[in-house]
Amino acid sequence: MAAHIGRVGRISVRWLSIPVVLLLATTCAATADGTDPVREARAFRDYFIQKFPNVKLDDFVNGPYSLNEDMRRQWEEKEQFPPYEFSLETGKELFAKPFANGKHYADCFPDSGIGVRQTYPQFDMKSGKVVTLELALNQCREANGEKPISYTGEDMAALTAYMAFTSRGKPFDIKIPDDPRALEAYENGKRYFYTRRGQLNFSCATCHVQNPGERLRAEVLAPALGILNAMPIYRSEWGGMGTVSRRFITCNSQVRRVPLEPQAEEYRDLEYFLSYVANGLPISGPGSRP
Amino acid sequence: MKLFVKGRTPIFGLLAASLVCGNALAASEAYFKSAYAAADAAEKQAGTLRNQWLATESALADAKKAAQQGDFDRAIAAAKEAEALAKASIFQATSEREAWKTLEIR
Repeated sequence: MAAHIGRVGRISVRWLSIPVVLLLATTCAATADGTDPVREARAFRDYFIQKFPNVKLDDFVNGPYSLNEDMRRQWEEKEQFPPYEFSLETGKELFAKPFANGKHYADCFPDSGIGVRQTYPQFDMKSGKVVTLELALNQCREANGEKPISYTGEDMAALTAYMAFTSRGKPFDIKIPDDPRALEAYENGKRYFYTRRGQLNFSCATCHVQNPGERLRAEVLAPALGILNAMPIYRSEWGGMGTVSRRFITCNSQVRRVPLEPQAEEYRDLEYFLSYVANGLPISGPGSRP
Repeated sequence: MKLFVKGRTPIFGLLAASLVCGNALAASEAYFKSAYAAADAAEKQAGTLRNQWLATESALADAKKAAQQGDFDRAIAAAKEAEALAKASIFQATSEREAWKTLEIR
């Protein structure tokens, strides 16, 4: 009798454990599903392709010009004598100028820093953090005994403009290595992108996913897909060049939120996410915007 | 006992009024300090959530400036506004911990 009860008990436990295992399996699958950057990047791209069926995929990197005919014509004329040209020249000079120890920026980058923009940001397995091009430039300076330069200043914009120019046409090639910290950085960037903040209760997605092509006062909002491919940019509104750091800080201020410090972890993770979902789209920087 | 002596009433009146005013000013200042401390604490909490608003910062600055000028009514009003804004930013940051997912492209 006791043996019978024991057998029944074992059978019951076995039968009961099946739904538990199935539930766990479903949960694990859902978790894995929720952190699949490849699938998410495809969905991200498809969203914009469906929303703007007449825009060629590579053209999204031209931001508002890909969505507005009048603006595009003006931009094409402006590109004859682009406003970022002086910055580009400065960037070339700064890039070639040796540090006090005789070394150059070129010594810090693969391929001497020429045509490598599309590989940034990178996930640094050693530090477990995202390294953007701006951060890499300052790390290079510090490694060679130089003081870091401002992430929002003209020199940083000029240097990144030159490096972007040497990479024009090369498709974004952002890697997420097999490291849970890298996936976490991507996830953090994604969360930052969709999170509403500031007194206006806007997320990055409010403007650049829900309303690209629409006007926000005088501005035509750019699509999020390929939004960093043209960085750094000359903005007429700024009357000068601006880095990715400057752009993020300005966006945060525009929604009435106190911006984070330049190259804060959140901003670097955001850049990682936005660059990753633009994989395959060509670098078009430096760019110009109204 | 005569509290009001003929011919001395204005002096007593002025003394009483100044005492009342002084006490009211001290009360206003104390109230401002507590209102400002509450707003500042809420804003610090918003800071730990990485979601401070520009309007909160400027209301806090207005409150401090008004208090320095001795205008405690304005200072208290600004401090209360700052606290309300800071609490709204805290609410936003906490509710967005899950709410952001509704915007995600899937």
